Amino acid sequence: MSRFKKQGSKEVPAISTSSLPDIIFMLLFFFMVTTVMRETTLIVRTKLPEATEVQKLEKKSIVSYIYIGPPTQSKIYGTESRIQLNDHFAVVDDIQEFVVLEREAREEADRKFLTTSLKVNSDTKMGIVTDVKQELRKASAFKINYSTLRKVVKKE
Amino acid sequence: MARKVPQINAGSMADIAFLLLIFFLVTTTMDVDTGIMRQLPPPPDPNQDIPDIRERNIMNILVSKSDRLLVNKKIGNIKTLKNDVIDFMSIHHDDLAYPEVTLKSIDYIGDVYTTKGIISLKNDRGTSYNMYIQVQNELAAAFKELRDRLSMEKFGRKYDKLINEDYIDAINKAVPVRVSEAEPEDVGGN
Repeated sequence: MSRFKKQGSKEVPAISTSSLPDIIFMLLFFFMVTTVMRETTLIVRTKLPEATEVQKLEKKSIVSYIYIGPPTQSKIYGTESRIQLNDHFAVVDDIQEFVVLEREAREEADRKFLTTSLKVNSDTKMGIVTDVKQELRKASAFKINYSTLRKVVKKE
Repeated sequence: MARKVPQINAGSMADIAFLLLIFFLVTTTMDVDTGIMRQLPPPPDPNQDIPDIRERNIMNILVSKSDRLLVNKKIGNIKTLKNDVIDFMSIHHDDLAYPEVTLKSIDYIGDVYTTKGIISLKNDRGTSYNMYIQVQNELAAAFKELRDRLSMEKFGRKYDKLINEDYIDAINKAVPVRVSEAEPEDVGGN
């Protein structure tokens, strides 16, 4: 019954690796497309609070970010919470101008959907946040998002 | 005269691709931004009168500078806040302890009773952001629950499972998120 036992050679043929670059390229393109490069370097610490009722921020192109928290280089800048707009420290009075510039940078149709995401450190006091909110109201940027992490709810 | 070009060895192609791949793998951040959405009111008009709202229609929530809660002048608890808000904003007919109700007719739902209740949230400048977010979160949870209830009753599915935009709009109209944030002031000093 050695019907199927043809050709005595038992050697396994070498697996062709010529398609390996293609596979790797495929993965590479996937990551290249999905990658969002971070455009600002954080100079304040923002340890976000956690909440359960969170919504996703969908279109990233119509979101502008305001960071508030203690400076990362606390030896130079102290530990008091500061505002960061783009790459620099800012004061409350700069916010209106920032909103106007952000609005200008967007397309006409997107402007009214512009959302301001507040990334605030959880230990920061509300005083500075309230000031920022008042400025946003003056600049008529009414849609805001308190950036929070999704809290994992324990099942009981 | 056509000369034979020697074949380029493509064996190292995989290595180069790997290198690039690892670079993108390391730099990629897959985090999705999440947060609590809120709509700020326009700045107050100095000529406008302060709207006269009856005492029974307002639920006052005050967060002190030491992160403690005061709900309608009584000490509150963050754990019971959600249920308190749901209870306050639910429909209670002819009960003086609760806000007034009005009959409204809304497209796709028909006639529903809506409450005139308003949550007034006030915080101190010294309140921590974390506490403020926890309170906002409880309020959001309470309103979500109220919307879920109405949605289940009218359309048979939960609010966030609704697909029809008109239905979502109708529920939004019937149960608006009525959280008023008072103009800031120093309540507790520093």
